[in-house]
Amino acid sequence: MSDLQDRIRDTIEQEPVVAFIKGTHEQAYCGNSDRALQALRGVGAGFATVDVLPDPRIREELSALSDWPTIPQVFVAGELVGGADIVQELAMTGQLQATLEEKLGEAWRRPGDERTVSVTDGPGLRVVPTG
Amino acid sequence: MSERLAGLLHVAFPDASEVDVVDRTGGGDHFHVTVVDASFQGLSLVAQHRLVYDALTEPLGDGTIHELRITTRGEA
Repeated sequence: MSDLQDRIRDTIEQEPVVAFIKGTHEQAYCGNSDRALQALRGVGAGFATVDVLPDPRIREELSALSDWPTIPQVFVAGELVGGADIVQELAMTGQLQATLEEKLGEAWRRPGDERTVSVTDGPGLRVVPTG
Repeated sequence: MSERLAGLLHVAFPDASEVDVVDRTGGGDHFHVTVVDASFQGLSLVAQHRLVYDALTEPLGDGTIHELRITTRGEA
């Protein structure tokens, strides 16, 4: 068990909604990552993002942990909800909102509450300040 | 390349009522695959997509697939 995998697991367990993407909440560098964020935004969810691009090991350790080979990966209350296609489909059918409600109660409605956290810098999590 | 992916999907889902592979960009690395199979009924979307990923482990692993979109359904 590597420190990195520990930090990834901690992030998944501690963040109510977290999306592992290519890029940040302000700038996704991949159409699929962007689609996942747009789906979350579209239903008014707050979320954290983790950028997998700074270190290829993030993606390797994440996929080993989640048994999901591609990016993005969206977790709600510690559980993998899906990649871009699933999250988008669930948002369209209303099931994403239902899942968020079921797992997090009313607290999931935090439109605009978006931030990017790092899993690679030092012990614990570092919140990247944004304008 | 679409044929290779379709072949792998047909092997993994021999009873599928629909297997479709679209090369989204024509470049042979951005694909949208659709699999409709009655055996998906009762499975979560995550579980359904995992089965598709399992079928495409090789082209996902060797870099053939740069981007993959997946649509699955348990019935037509």
